[in-house]
Amino acid sequence: MSSHVYPKEKEIFPGLQLEKVDDRIMTLNVGPQHPGSGHMRIILKVDGDYIVHCDPDPGYVHRGEEKMAEYRNYITNIPHLERPVIHDSCNILYPYCLGVEELLGLEVPERAKYIRVIAAELNRCVYTQYWLAIYGIFLGHSTMFMWPMGDRELVIDLLDKMTGARVTHAYFVPGGVRNDLPPNFEDVCLRQVNYFEKRLKEYADIFYDNPILISRTKDTGILSREDAIKLGTTGSVLRASGVDFDIRKKEPYDVYEELDFQTNVLKEGDSYARSKIPWLDMFESCRIIRDALKKMPKSGSVRVKLKPNPKGGDTEVYRRVESGRGSLGMHIISRGKPQPYRLKISVGSFRNLIAMPHLLTGEMLGNMPAVYWSLNYWPVEADR
Amino acid sequence: MSSTDSTEIVKTDDSSLTSDLDKSLSDSISKKFSNVEIAYVKPDRIRVNVKKEEIIAVASFIRDELHFDHAESVGGVDYPEDKQIEVVYHLGSYTDPSLSKHILALATRAPREDVPRPGNDSTILPSLRDIFPSVSFHERECFEMLGVYFDGHPDNRRLLLPEDWADIPPLRKDFRIKGR
Repeated sequence: MSSHVYPKEKEIFPGLQLEKVDDRIMTLNVGPQHPGSGHMRIILKVDGDYIVHCDPDPGYVHRGEEKMAEYRNYITNIPHLERPVIHDSCNILYPYCLGVEELLGLEVPERAKYIRVIAAELNRCVYTQYWLAIYGIFLGHSTMFMWPMGDRELVIDLLDKMTGARVTHAYFVPGGVRNDLPPNFEDVCLRQVNYFEKRLKEYADIFYDNPILISRTKDTGILSREDAIKLGTTGSVLRASGVDFDIRKKEPYDVYEELDFQTNVLKEGDSYARSKIPWLDMFESCRIIRDALKKMPKSGSVRVKLKPNPKGGDTEVYRRVESGRGSLGMHIISRGKPQPYRLKISVGSFRNLIAMPHLLTGEMLGNMPAVYWSLNYWPVEADR
Repeated sequence: MSSTDSTEIVKTDDSSLTSDLDKSLSDSISKKFSNVEIAYVKPDRIRVNVKKEEIIAVASFIRDELHFDHAESVGGVDYPEDKQIEVVYHLGSYTDPSLSKHILALATRAPREDVPRPGNDSTILPSLRDIFPSVSFHERECFEMLGVYFDGHPDNRRLLLPEDWADIPPLRKDFRIKGR
């Protein structure tokens, strides 16, 4: 780490890093078919083992969600909007529902707010487990691939009972949730979440305290606090660099204000810290779910009746939530039609993309997977 | 239980809901720049419309004096009837804890041409990349999706669309999805 051939340039913007032009430089395409890159290409220029230039090239799974949303009604937008990140589908629908509720002036029933929080936190666990499994296999740790994949089924099972689908739940609707919880859900949920949390603790022994993992991720790809703020990173990347910013705490939506949890912040800013934050967040998710189950009203309505094809006024809203990959905002412009005039989705993955050239330039090629996947980047979500 | 009347929407503009901080933020901008239009002040949300000649000065003021330090989102909106394309920067703050709830929307408009030639027509805006480095990729996306060229941005390249995309920028209103 200390003996970089090419030190990082002062200039932090992508596309502007100076490179030494001679016959030693080789261009290397990582992706888009490579299983590790995950539907995106990273164009690297390498000098021996050192990366001297990095140009991320997303867009291989661009679906035009924003354009599609302009043609569909506020309700029919729901199933396709969750597609960018099906493992975290509740969290990507959350800002949309909050925004449409603000547009239409809907008041969500109290019980629905708690159900939403529980679903969102379960979804965060599903997403993070999937991400963690891939991080494990990226670093050649196949047990860490299988454990989270297996334990994830516990949470998927709960979401299946709640929503009727394993992934792509389309559970949130403006004005509440689609259906009420099944009978006896609270007991099953509590039991499974407690067991899930017990399993999470075991990850420390096999993965987070593993000297091989520590040697591969500690002190690689260090993002300083100043750069994390300047580059506008979000979520676990930001919190691993010592910035205490979680939308659930800073701008609480629904009932997060009344629930008991804390924000995890680490100061190191390296790949190890970035990989640890989502794992620590899952413990907080378990805490939130237990607390929400305790405080949730035991009965009541879960959905406000909507008029067919509701129309928004001549206004705009910007709402954001904390998803598994950081802040997820939606800017909805309404012009008195049943469809949004414009829907801009700002996702954490896309915002964290800018950190990739910044961190990979000057890094060793062998550290590329450890740094890349620690950015909590989900290519499909970034492309929208 | 249901209340979908359009009268409900007006409530969010109620000035009693907005805090003193919201007002002082918008006042300090309007005091400094006389041409700036404060579009609305909602709770934790302020929108400022500026002319494109002034946006660099206003953005620098927002960063240095009001302590907004990063862009949450940069979205372009097409208004064919006004013959304009609007770009909205949603700015937030990590460093100032009192502003962590706040989003300041900074909007500006560029002229729109009926036959777009992205990069070679009059749809040009100054880039805010030197003030907020976080807008870098967002502006690139805006360039390819709406054809707004950002002057001063070194990287006005394709990002998400296919390399052989030969149609007009797809988020313009005159680009129609087939069958819709």
